[in-house]
Amino acid sequence: MILLTRKAEFSAAHYYWNDKLTPEENERVFGKCANRNGHGHNYTLEVTVAGEVDPVTGFVVDLKLLKEILEREVVGVYDHRHLNKEVPEFEEVIPTTENIAVAVWRRLDGKIPYAKLHRVRVYEMADLFADFYGEFA
Amino acid sequence: MKAYLSRRYHLSASHRLHAEGLSDEVNRETYGKCNNPYGHGHNYVVQVTVSGSIDPETGMVVNLAELDGFAQKRVVSQFDHTNLNLAEEFRQLVPTTENFAVVLQRIFAEFGAAKVEHVHVEETGNNSFEYAGEALPQVGRW
Repeated sequence: MILLTRKAEFSAAHYYWNDKLTPEENERVFGKCANRNGHGHNYTLEVTVAGEVDPVTGFVVDLKLLKEILEREVVGVYDHRHLNKEVPEFEEVIPTTENIAVAVWRRLDGKIPYAKLHRVRVYEMADLFADFYGEFA
Repeated sequence: MKAYLSRRYHLSASHRLHAEGLSDEVNRETYGKCNNPYGHGHNYVVQVTVSGSIDPETGMVVNLAELDGFAQKRVVSQFDHTNLNLAEEFRQLVPTTENFAVVLQRIFAEFGAAKVEHVHVEETGNNSFEYAGEALPQVGRW
């Protein structure tokens, strides 16, 4: 089995806020991320798939196809958007880096032919990233 | 539903690799330029990975401000712009980056708010070391 990783980038706005908490609690828990005017990041996404090398093509998965899937399922939906306001999965879920990793996994799981999704890594910035290995990992 | 969160912290420190139990000659052979008498320094990057379930209320594995506060107090302010050889932790331990990773993993293990999976330390862009706990190093093995 071979692991193959493809990177993609998107830039988006977000803020952290839970309506079930008081404004004071939101500010205590989320700090400057609770500013309702939002802020943004350049995110880097790393998607790792696992599979066998096809003896004819030498590929685990066609990289062009994987790029198109990432573009269609994730980048095209998240890039230059406000995650809280424009991306349906974050209407009620706070778009933390952890939750973005889970959401990207759900968007991609089962959509990549010939390979199994192994890991989704989301960098909010170079010094902070979240990894998700699936619902049952 | 388990997720992993990794955070990187930067600190600059000096060190000299020299084992007291070895002759000067063997030290020079073993550590090369890292044994130069007055020490040298690096910009270290300390990457800690914690894991846990995502809190449905906050969307977080761990409150980053809490992790940052811990790292600032227990790691960055302890080691940044210091000479590692003089730190209490290295009184009997050569401050190789392997040993630094072990020392840092032990410190982060006291964080408590999330499980610490591993600590990865970059000494330069080309050298990095990782420690996930378990066996403790033999202190003073030289």
